[in-house]
Amino acid sequence: MVTVASNTKPKVIVVGGGLAGLMTTIQIAEAGVPVDLFSFVPVKRSHSVCAQGGINGAVNTKGEGDSPYEHLDDTIYGGDFLANQSPVKHMCDHAPGIINLLDRMGVMFNRTGEGLLDFRRFGGTQYHRTAYAGATTGQQLLYALDEQTRRHEVEGKVVKHEFWEFLGIVKDDDGACKGIIAQDLRTMMIQEFRADAVVLATGGPGIIYNRSTNSVMNTGTAASAVYQQGAKYANGEFIQVHPTAIPGMDKLRLMSESARGEGGRVWVPRTPGDKRRGEAIPEAERFYFLEEKYPAYGNLVPRDIATREIFAMCVDEKMGVFGENQVYLDLTHLDKKQIDIKLGGILEIYEKFIGEDPRTTPMRIFPAVHYSMGGLWVDFVKDNTSGGLVVGDPRNQMTNIMGLYAVGECEYQYHGANRLGANSLLSCLTAGQMTGPGVATYVKHLPKSVDDLPASLFEREKKVRQVQYEKLAASVGTENPYKLHEELGDVMTANVTVVRYNDRLKATDAKIQELQERVERVSIADNSSWTNQLIPFTRQLKNMLHLSRAVTLGALARDESRGAHYKPDFPKRDDARFLKSTIAEWTSDGPKLSYEDVDTSLIKPRLRNYAAEKNESETAAPEAESVKEKLVVSTNTSHGTNGANGKESFGTGLTGATRQEMQIAAGADANGSGDQLSTRPPEARRDSPYSLGAKEEIRIADDNWLTGANDAADADPAKASNPVSVEGEKLVSTR
Amino acid sequence: MSDQKTIVLKIKRRADQESPAYWEEFEIPYRPAMNVISCLMEIRKNPVTRDGKATSAPVWEMNCLENVCGSCTMLMNGKVGQSCATLVDNLTQPISLEPMSKFPTIKDLAVDRSRMFANLKKIRAWIPIDGTYDLGPGPRIAERDRQEAYEFARCMTCGSCLEACPQVSEHSNFIGPAAIGQVRLFNSHPTGAMTKEERLEAISGADGVTSCGNAQNCVKACPKQIPLTEAIAEMNRDVTLYKFKQFFRGK
Repeated sequence: MVTVASNTKPKVIVVGGGLAGLMTTIQIAEAGVPVDLFSFVPVKRSHSVCAQGGINGAVNTKGEGDSPYEHLDDTIYGGDFLANQSPVKHMCDHAPGIINLLDRMGVMFNRTGEGLLDFRRFGGTQYHRTAYAGATTGQQLLYALDEQTRRHEVEGKVVKHEFWEFLGIVKDDDGACKGIIAQDLRTMMIQEFRADAVVLATGGPGIIYNRSTNSVMNTGTAASAVYQQGAKYANGEFIQVHPTAIPGMDKLRLMSESARGEGGRVWVPRTPGDKRRGEAIPEAERFYFLEEKYPAYGNLVPRDIATREIFAMCVDEKMGVFGENQVYLDLTHLDKKQIDIKLGGILEIYEKFIGEDPRTTPMRIFPAVHYSMGGLWVDFVKDNTSGGLVVGDPRNQMTNIMGLYAVGECEYQYHGANRLGANSLLSCLTAGQMTGPGVATYVKHLPKSVDDLPASLFEREKKVRQVQYEKLAASVGTENPYKLHEELGDVMTANVTVVRYNDRLKATDAKIQELQERVERVSIADNSSWTNQLIPFTRQLKNMLHLSRAVTLGALARDESRGAHYKPDFPKRDDARFLKSTIAEWTSDGPKLSYEDVDTSLIKPRLRNYAAEKNESETAAPEAESVKEKLVVSTNTSHGTNGANGKESFGTGLTGATRQEMQIAAGADANGSGDQLSTRPPEARRDSPYSLGAKEEIRIADDNWLTGANDAADADPAKASNPVSVEGEKLVSTR
Repeated sequence: MSDQKTIVLKIKRRADQESPAYWEEFEIPYRPAMNVISCLMEIRKNPVTRDGKATSAPVWEMNCLENVCGSCTMLMNGKVGQSCATLVDNLTQPISLEPMSKFPTIKDLAVDRSRMFANLKKIRAWIPIDGTYDLGPGPRIAERDRQEAYEFARCMTCGSCLEACPQVSEHSNFIGPAAIGQVRLFNSHPTGAMTKEERLEAISGADGVTSCGNAQNCVKACPKQIPLTEAIAEMNRDVTLYKFKQFFRGK
């Protein structure tokens, strides 16, 4: 029998036990509201353990004059101005406090000689702003929260449901979220759980790319489930490809940005195909391309830029190490004892999986899918005095479904078009810290308790999920869901990562729809009713396919280049048309896209240029003035303050012709962006082996660095010729 | 498959804790730098045994695939470790895969490690902070002490040390090396030290630190090279001292 937290008082369900989920849980429990915590795995094994480099906070202990404002500006600039600025300000303002809190919880952060917290450099900033615990910071932070959660569990405030899968929410007749349906992954029992509010902290969707730096459970299945139940999904097309990972058949393992923060250098031999080992190549024959092209930031340019440069160096310039898709990440010049103390965790991973010692041999790395800036749309309530958020307001972090919240990587609002390194742990923690009190306020002020609702409401929803499961269990066919997943990952990796072309995005969407048909014909070789892994995976795969369409079609519709989203055919940022969040809403015909203004109330958008110091690029801002003037930003657009009314829709009524004209106009304005991929004209990049071939014959790239496979797969040309369009009627406003 | 290099795996299958165990053999194509998990992933894409019989895919636990989450611990050729971090090239074939023997089997290679988490409750493995509100920075810690503590803070509750320990069995309640290492961790933190007696009390009974038989297998089995035997020695001393003090206080 499953025990459930007290049903006489308000109660909350948190789904997901990573940093965001546990911080939210602790805050809600501390506010005196009992929490039922659901997780696939014992929460100590959540994906947050994979975070390596550190957590940002402008504590300014190095006499550099760092401040939360600088942190805000770096984050907004790094995110190419797509993030709503008030939530980011909240995050940066609360960063020093959250680091102190985790320090008090016993996180073994590295220390200075005085016993203070040490801070190191990270990408996209010129300050020492990143607190760290070796190179396993995420693991250390998660463990601290796991321990505090266990304490609340012992005190009876939290009930954990581990090895459970979230299947969907239960809505009342007014459309408010009043609980969840979940499945015990051992007994396979499907059960309903009532709650006055539900918080999703279910992480990112990296596994839609199959091999990435993500843990295997990061399928985005929970986010997709609520997306299909009416939650809006925002900026799905913004997927971060991390510049430095090591390839593997099962996973692409992250080599933290902190390696460069501690002085690691990225280079290739000046002679293409140089057969000598890296350590044997003299200094003069090494091309430190990031340092040469970006003198101000060097190896610490933001991830989107480093990734494009590495990609261009290998794919376009054919300068990859040993002629392959890989570059050196070199630590061999650094003090070996110091890097053991500061980077031990990643050195260990490299040694274990590659069998070489990175202290004496330069590591060979290549970019890998890493993080989703996009996610469930959530609200915020701006504090007009501070410019940050109204702490404790129940609308902060609430999705468009009343009573359903989202925190952590599964939501969209802190990182814009490109996340800065060491800001993800921070966004999980500050959002969790803020959401807890807001949720407590919400549930305490509800006019009636969830326990007053009729059982039939929950029974009905449970039945839906049971029928869904039984139908899957009875599925007869020839398809293997793991193979279908591999096909999904291959096509997504080839076409919806570093470089994006519209024809290939259309072909990808066609391929996803083909997979949606084929997944209905899976062979369920195992329909055992105890610890069945096959049927839940198939269910997750279906959810992954829905989310993949939102990602792909969001990318297709965004004809510009911004942060991680790069289209050679539209190489400039286009603020006039696309300084907007993409909003995807699920329909049975596919995602319906609309656009929402971005809160740029604190920092005026300016062009990014990481070749220069940030202040210099600020003086370059007037160039962007003409773009900026076109912005349609209401002074009142803070999400919650005016409800939905303050938000202007973007897409309404735009015809294809109008969009094209706007593109041309903006293209003439927005020039001089310093983070362009290469000097080559877009057409020259067309036939790169990484992306697809000619327009007529759509082929999946032979990108064995990411897929681990050498065999290229053909997309169905019949499908490719009939792509789903998001032009015209699909691009409509939701309001 | 005949002229191609292959990998042969023998996997111990078991429907649940009550059912009898049996072995199944699989043969998959070899690829360079494969780890054990990528073999299991290959099998589930085509769950057919070596003699051509269709079967179900083996059940196992995994998550991070980079040796930090602790999920995928199992016995590989009889030796405990994480199947993500164990490379095929380092194993002799046929590779045998079994669930850990010191924990109840859930199914196939998945086991129930809940007793390890229960032990973390028992030893009160947390820093008793006053609350999450802003109280400024934590206590200063010397970097040298921090480095020592960090070793213990990396324990991922994987179960390797319990599996290797001769004192741990389904019939013994010995708390095991992992939990003792955590007592060492929390008792050395300036705030944690304020309640160190609670943790010492938790490991002072018959199932506590004195049950260690000093086989020193734990420290060899630990995938993070945590100095568990040092922790056991230190905690043994601290428990003795604690008991001694209690005796003289007449408790």
